[in-house]
Parts: sequence; C-alpha cells; structure tokens
Amino acid sequence: MVTLDSNIPEGPVDEKWANHQFHMRLVNPANKRRFTVIVVGTGLAGASAAATLAELGYNVKAFTFHDSPRRAHSIAAQGGINAAKNYQNDGDSAQRLFYDTVKGGDFRSREANVYRLAQLSVNIIDQCVAQGVPFAREYSGLLENRSFGGVQVSRTFYARGQTGQQLLLGAYSALMRQVALGAVELHPRTEMLDLVVEDGRAVGIITRDLITGEVASHAGHAVILATGGYGNVYYLSTNAKKSNTTAIWRAHKRGALFANPCYTQIHPTCIPAGDEFQSKLTLMSESLRNDGRIWVPKDQNDTRPAHQIPEEDRDYYLERRYPSYGNLVPRDVASRAAKREVDEGRGVGPKKNGVYLDFTDAINRLGRDVIEERYGNLFEMYERITGDDPYEMPMRIYPAIHYTMGGLWVDYNLQSNIAGLFVGGEANFSDHGANRLGASALMQGLADGYFVLPATVGDYLAGQLGKPLTSTDSECFQSARASVEEQTRRFLAIGGTRSPDDFHRELGKIVWDHIGMERDAAGLEHAISEIRALREEYYRDLRVLGTGDTLNDSLEKAFRVADFFELAELMARDALHREESCGGHFRVEHQTPDGEAARDDEHFSYVGAWEWNGPDAPQTLHKEELTFENVHLATRSYA
Amino acid sequence: MVQARPQSTVEAAVRPIRKRPRPLPWPLSLYQAYVGKKWVMAITGVIGLVFIAGHMFGNLKLYMGAEEINHYAEGLRTVAYPLVPEKFLLWVMRVGLIVAFVLHVHAAYSIWSHNRKARPTSYASKRDYIAADWASRTMLWTGPIILLFIGFHLADLTWGVNAVNPDFVHGEVYDNVVFSLSRWPVATIYVVANLALGIHIYHGAWSLFQSLGVNNPQINQGRRIFAALFALAIVAGNISFPLAVMLGIVE
Amino acid sequence: MKFTLKVWRQEGPTAKGRFETYEAPNISEEMSFLEVLDVVNESLIREGKEPVHFDHDCREGICGSCGMMINGQAHGPQRGTATCQLHMRKFDDGATIVVEPWRAASFPIVRDLVVNRSAFDRIIEAGGFVSVNTGSAPEANMLPVPKQVADAAMDAAQCIGCGACVAACPNGAAQLFTSAKLQHLNLLPQGQSERWQRTESMVETMEEYFGTCTNHGECETACPKNISIDFIAYMNRDYIKAKTVNRKLSGQGLG
Repeated sequence: MVTLDSNIPEGPVDEKWANHQFHMRLVNPANKRRFTVIVVGTGLAGASAAATLAELGYNVKAFTFHDSPRRAHSIAAQGGINAAKNYQNDGDSAQRLFYDTVKGGDFRSREANVYRLAQLSVNIIDQCVAQGVPFAREYSGLLENRSFGGVQVSRTFYARGQTGQQLLLGAYSALMRQVALGAVELHPRTEMLDLVVEDGRAVGIITRDLITGEVASHAGHAVILATGGYGNVYYLSTNAKKSNTTAIWRAHKRGALFANPCYTQIHPTCIPAGDEFQSKLTLMSESLRNDGRIWVPKDQNDTRPAHQIPEEDRDYYLERRYPSYGNLVPRDVASRAAKREVDEGRGVGPKKNGVYLDFTDAINRLGRDVIEERYGNLFEMYERITGDDPYEMPMRIYPAIHYTMGGLWVDYNLQSNIAGLFVGGEANFSDHGANRLGASALMQGLADGYFVLPATVGDYLAGQLGKPLTSTDSECFQSARASVEEQTRRFLAIGGTRSPDDFHRELGKIVWDHIGMERDAAGLEHAISEIRALREEYYRDLRVLGTGDTLNDSLEKAFRVADFFELAELMARDALHREESCGGHFRVEHQTPDGEAARDDEHFSYVGAWEWNGPDAPQTLHKEELTFENVHLATRSYA
Repeated sequence: MVQARPQSTVEAAVRPIRKRPRPLPWPLSLYQAYVGKKWVMAITGVIGLVFIAGHMFGNLKLYMGAEEINHYAEGLRTVAYPLVPEKFLLWVMRVGLIVAFVLHVHAAYSIWSHNRKARPTSYASKRDYIAADWASRTMLWTGPIILLFIGFHLADLTWGVNAVNPDFVHGEVYDNVVFSLSRWPVATIYVVANLALGIHIYHGAWSLFQSLGVNNPQINQGRRIFAALFALAIVAGNISFPLAVMLGIVE
Repeated sequence: MKFTLKVWRQEGPTAKGRFETYEAPNISEEMSFLEVLDVVNESLIREGKEPVHFDHDCREGICGSCGMMINGQAHGPQRGTATCQLHMRKFDDGATIVVEPWRAASFPIVRDLVVNRSAFDRIIEAGGFVSVNTGSAPEANMLPVPKQVADAAMDAAQCIGCGACVAACPNGAAQLFTSAKLQHLNLLPQGQSERWQRTESMVETMEEYFGTCTNHGECETACPKNISIDFIAYMNRDYIKAKTVNRKLSGQGLG
C-alpha cells in the first residue's frame, strides 16, 4: 500500500530548509566516490544536478537522448528567470516571490517547497553569473531586471530572448568540466526505457543506445529523473519534437505515483498552425500583449484583409469583456476567449484558426522606432515563419500548450514514493501548483539541480553506505531488459499501415479537443473511449520499418507515442475526477457567472497522485492534502 | 586535457585527425599550432608585401632611363657602405626574405595538408559559396604560380641563366629588362604571374589582419579597401613594365 | 507548390551513400523545410520504404540539432536562419532541391543526414567553462560587467552549436564555433582567471579534430545566429598571447 508522506520538515516555513539541511546526514568525501548516481536528462535540472553531484565527489552517469547535453529543451526558454534579489528596491523578497508563486499556482502547490524555491532563487543568480552567463546589464555594469506577467515587482533576470539557452549552456559547461575530469560518465544518444526497482528501491535503469540499438543496464545507488514535461501528448505544442514522457511514465509503471496530470498550461500568444502538416508551434513572448490589441471581425464571413476592415466591424473582445484588464488578462483567460472566437467561426487567417494581435495603434501612438526597439526580434521571427510583416499586417496568434505542471509525485526531498528515485525540474509536480508563473520554470529547474537534489540525494545515500550496486545480471535487471527488448520486437513485428507520427497527430487532436483549454465531463468520457480505441488500433496497425539495431527514428517514436497513449488516458481521468476549475485546469461545469475558474477548496485542496495498476485497470488515486498556513486562500479576479 | 575515461559510442566514433604534438620550447611552440602557423604566414606575408612594394617602386625607375635604374641597382649593393661590407645589407635582406618565404610556403603546405584531412570526403553536390570569393579559394593555385614565377624571374634577371635569358649582362639592368620583356612569351609570363600575385595579395593583405588578430570596428572596413588598393597598385605597377616594353614605350 | 528533392541516403557510417530523388507535391509555402521532409517521410513509410533520418528537435532555431546542406549552402539560402526556420516560400515552385549532410572528418555520418558532432563537446570540455563549483559563487552584483562587454559576450554566447560553420568552411574548420565559445568567456571578468589556459587548451583541442581557418568568411554567412568572424581574430590574438602568458604564469617567462 502506497502512503504519501510529504516529509515536510518542522518549524516555521522560512526556516524549514535550513533546519532540514542541518539534520540531513552527510557522506564523508572518501565514501562519496563509492556511490554511483544515475541522472537521466541533461536539461537545466539534470545537467546542474549531475555537475554538482560530481563536484561533490559522487560518480555520476548522465544520460541524454540528444547528441549533446546542450540541446535539451530548456534551451528554448525565452523570457527569463525569477529571483527575489530585490535589486530594484521595489519591495521584493523571498516571502513575496513565495506568495506570488502560490497564488499564481491557484493554491494547489505545497507551501514548504515553494518557500524553499523562493529562498534558493537568489543563489541561482549568483551561481549563474559566476559561471559567465551573460545576463542583461545596466550601464552601471549591474544586473538588469524586467517585470513579467502578473506580478508587481521587477525580478526577472534575462539574457536577450535566450535566457534558457544561456542558463543551459552554463549548466552544460559545468557538466562538461566534470566529464573532462572523469567524474561524470556521459551517455549521449541514449534513451532510458525502463526503471529497475528492487525491494521498493530504485537501483538502476535500462537504456537503448539510439545508434546501435543496444539495450543496456546501468546500476546506480540512486536515480534522478530530470526528463522534462509531457506537453507533446498534444502533438502540437511549443515543446521540442522529441520531448516525451517515456522516462517518467516508465517509472510510473514501476510504481512511482503520477501527480496532477491534468494541470497543463496554455500560452496565449503562439503562431497558429499554418497547415495540416504543421509539426510544432512557436511561442511569441507574452510581452507583445502590452502594446498589441486583440480583435476579430464581427462578421464570421468577413474575408477582407485586416487593414480594410473598418473599426466598426471589429470586435476587440478582450477589451469589451474585461474592461479593466483588457488585453492584459491572465494567460488562461486570454486563451479561452480566443478559443471561443475561433470556435464560433470568427477566426482569422487562411485556416480561420487565429485572432489578430494588432500594433497599428501602438505604432501610431509611439512611432515605429519604439515598437521596433521593443519587439524587433519578435517581429522578425514572426515574419520569418509566416511571411507577413507585422508592421503592416496584424499578427495572427492562437494559444498553444507549452508547459505541464503535473509530473511524478515527490516529497519535500524531491524523492518519489520509490526510495532512491528522485525527480527534478518539469518532470516532477512539485512547485507550480495548477499554474506556473512566467520565468519560474528555469528557476525551479536550477534550484532542484544545483541546490536541492545534491543535498537530499546525499542524505539518502548516507543510509545506503555499505550496500553494493545491484548486479546488472540480477533478476530485476534481466527482466526489465527483457521487457524492453520484447517491446522493441513487438513494434517491429506489427507490420501495420500507419506511422507513429500519424497516430500521434490523431491522439494529439483528441487530447487538445477534450483535455485542452476547456474540459467537461462528457468530453472527457468521450476522450477516454477514443484514446482507448486508438491505442488498440496502434498496437494493431502501427508500421515501424527497419530494424532495432540502427538509428531508427520511427522506432524511437513508437516507444514515445505508446507512452503518450497511456498518459493521455490518465490525464482525462484526472481531469474528470477534479470537479473544480483551477489554474490550467478549466472545467466548463465549474465557472463563475463571468466565466472565471471556480475553485473548490473544500473538496479539492489536495494533490491527486495516481498509482499504476496495469495496462487494463484504471489507476488508483491517492491524495496528499494541502495545508496553507502562510497564505490566505483567495479567489483570483481580473474583472 | 582530455583524460582517458570510458567513452560512449557517440564519442568513440570520432577520432582526432591530428595527434597533439609534444610541446617544443617557446617560440617554436607557436609554430606547432595551426593558429600559430597562420600567424607566421601573416608576419611573413607582411615581409613579402613590404618587399613587393619596394621592388615595384624601385623598378619604376625604369621609366627614368637606363642610367637611373642601373645606378639604383648598384646602390642597393652598397647600402651603408663602408660602415658594413659591400652587399652586406643586401644579403641580410635576401636571407630574411628567403627565411620568410620558406616559412610562408611551409606553413601553407602544412595547413593545406591538414585541411585535406579535415574533409576527406567532399560534398557530392555543388557548393554555392557566399563569402568565400575566388581569391580566397585560389590561394593554393596562385601561391604555386608565384613560386614558379619567382624561380623564373630570378633565373631571368638575377642570375641570368643562359637558357632563360641568353642576352643577360651583369650590371646592365635596363638592357636586361628590355631584352627579356621584349620577347612576347616572357612578357605574357610576367603579366599572368602578376595577375596571380594581385589575386594572392587581394586575399592575403586582408587575411593577415584576421590571422594577427588585428580587429577593431574602427578599422575593419578599411582592411578590405587596403587589400584591394594594395593589390591593384602592385598589379598595375608590375604589369606596366612588360606592357611598356612590348608597346615600345621603354626601349 | 511542388518540389523535387534529391536527398543523400546512407545506411550507416561506413556504407556507401547515394542521392535518391523524391517528389514532394502539394506543399504549402507556409511549411518549413523540415516539414517537407516530414511529408516525404510519411509517404515513404506508406510505400514501405524507410524514412529519411535527420536531426531536429526544438524547431525554433535554438537547439542547434538540425542542419543540412541545401543546394550547396549550410542551412539553405536564407541568411541567419537554421534549417527548421527555413520556409518553402524561399524556394521557387517546381524547383529541384539537393540535400546533403554536413561533411567533415570529425562529423562522421551516422545515417542519412544525421552526423555526429560530439567533437564540439570535446572542445568545450577542454576549457569552455568557468571552474566554479556550485555554492562557491559570490554575490552576483559584486562584480560589475560593463554593458558593452556583456553585450559582446552575449553576441558570442548565442552560438547554438549546429556545426554549420564547419560544414560551410571549405577547410572544415571549427574556428567560428571555438572562437565564439572562447570569447564569450574570455571577454567577461568571470573568465579571466582561466583565460590563457582555456585559450590554449580549446584551440589545440579544436586542431585535433578540425581543419584550420584561411579566412574565407564562409562560416559567418552560414551561421544561423550571424556570429561574426571578428571573434576568430580575437581568438588568434589570444592564442599567441596565451603561448607567452602561460609560460609567464608557470614562472618561465622572460618578462
């Protein structure tokens, strides 16, 4: 029987982490090298954890399916990273960052974790600056900040529109330094396909070498998964094409609980799909809404080009519905409003799948130069992708999935319910509740990797002293390896007619239509049966050509899509059970009269963590009740 | 320094194309790296450019008549005489030039053979170059052309090898030049070789700034212009001699 | 739009490669180049042929995974653009497009258009870092960095490591990559302690794997981030200095 113990330390919230660190057991330097830690994923959380653990003296084995650790999808984060430095003297503090994050998460996150995140945020900036991350600077040479969605202070540090890239390159360089020193054994183009558990303890992983197809066993005293989010279950998302849920899903199937899978975040300003072959969506910084006005034609049959549509035939629907916040309503509200316009046939563009974001007024008011200075690079990117010049033609935008708050359940130590299995970054569920604030993902990944995991993994390892690595010839490894090999054979043997991408696209459409921006019970029920039917077809009609012993793109995808099917069903189930609306989870049945999310704190103030019961039985729900001692539960309002 | 450690299949698939050499004492160590070799090429290139410019300007005395240029040639042998022995400084310059020349050629050869190893299989489809111009891509053709030409030129007008210049008379610079260049095949060789030299300089006189690391936004524009003007001046000056002889301007 | 694609196919590192011709009808000009390859692959799978392998991931021009020679140019005809952000409106309808993998001794072909670029990781591990262990960093604003310096460092740091510079270089040289990585850290105050060691080590590692620069400038035009060859000049200067300064640091200097 699974019990959920969040292991939150005693004491006031602002002293919990310090107290906890003091009470944690240590491993002396001579003993550290006796331990092997496996780190899967080399994004912000994975690379920083691997580098730091190696610096401490542990043997680290790092795995990435990319050809280099530097390509992990953290690299695509644009906006920035939050930290409660209060350099702007505008009243920021760890306390305020904590409060903003809990509130932004719609009161569905664990207070103690979030407070620790806020405290560690300042150390992250110090560390990254020392590594040579070229953050934006004032003329004084001191660090510059900007403000970011939904908070009243300027606490976001950034490096042009490429903050994620620069932070990842910092963590990657730290990692490569340890690789050169022989402290980290790096395995690029190697994908984790199973977790090995022995007596309730994670003891290793099974991997597939993507070039040779070799299925190998790797033993470790602890396993860290930092493999990112599962946004690609929607097929079209702002995630990189290869981002997947496989590592955490395999861990889930080995007993790790999956928490809050229905919490997914939509970003309102993405470039709409150009055609049916669109392979992914591109995000445009949210800052565009500061100067752009969003509208659609009033008449759904209006085919005139945007600039020929006179004012009286335009509907600035956000300004009309939300007069006080206008175009600056939060992400979820703006997204749902756009969806409504498009669903009712007033979408714009050749496929009628977007809304206009118009800068004409701003250009007239401020001049083209000012707009160019503020958004020049974004306009350029937009033109590159769409071929339209946003100075002349309004942009077309539409919401897209870009982050998943759910993930493997972890306690305060970022340890899952399987001993020795730790989860960091977007792969865990821990800090963002039901909705993540802008510029907080990078913060969480690095806090986990640089500061939390190296401490808590050490605490766990201290208790493992004297225990040898589990032999990779042992029964648990052999059976896990056999099951991966069996699955490879199975995919290659189906010999059907449809490619993995073809199934993925269809699955993505079901998930987007029913488990997307708005959910309702009937749609979710419908989605479950559709997903099941499609999954059945998948195992009947999949076509994977080639062999298992070379680079085989289709085979890689076949594994990933198979896991997305199972995850999608769980998402629907989780969304169905959560009879409230909160953050990224909006149930049509639960909204206020003016269309806002209606939370139900009385019945749903808990983390929903699901236990795997086999492929044909529904998962069991476990609840971790959330208690709020330091913030007052309030309703978000933007009217 | 990369230590011996377990390698992934990805890492093991890439073998170095060059073994790192055992370090020699400074300053020879500079020449062990290709970046250092390029630096040496640039320095020796500068020496070559100075020589070429001086050579060309000196030869302009051809237009001032036989006496002037013969006197000038004689004067080169007696620079700083009697402070130093006759021809002493001439030989210092000659040795300097020979050393620079040998280094320049050796570095070029060594870079060429290294770069061949860096791309053993060339592209199967046609390349479409944007920045790499004709001059930069033909350095390895214009270089040997110049090398051959220098041999010919020395045999023709310095040593007076009989097979090349049967009418050669030591000391009679003006006559030797006119005799030699009035033969059209020889004049053609001089024109072609100087065009090759111009193309070589057009790239080299820009490229040396990069190799030496002389890079500053305030001068970067000027580097290309400098190279073009330098090449143009050398080509114009040097080609004028065979043309002038052939056209009968100089007799 | 419709296109004819001539794509390099090669089963493995040592297999013999060849061009195969594929038709791509019904292409929208909104599609990216990689999406055209997706469409070609879907039809190949339908015909029972193995799809074309190519590296790709973020498809927004930042991860540096994608890259191929398109009509003889690294990342294709549009300047400052990675293959994933190259859209079909940049091509003439009905055109034949030739696609070939990067070629360099240290970029061995893995399969089709996929090459192994791990030599770049070797260059980074030779010194592309500041040796600061987690936890030992001083307060971030202790060390001001002039804005111009931070901006210049950022210009270099935005390199995505795609390998286009090596691919485009007639010499197969990695100077643009190495100099961008090197100068990012050499420009910043944080990078000064290890500056000369880093320079020597990274340059010499680079030369173990790649050709050397003869100032063609082709890399700069191929770079999807428009990184300037000015950084190569700075690297050359730093290397010559490093060879002298490193000796001084170890007590052997003359001055």
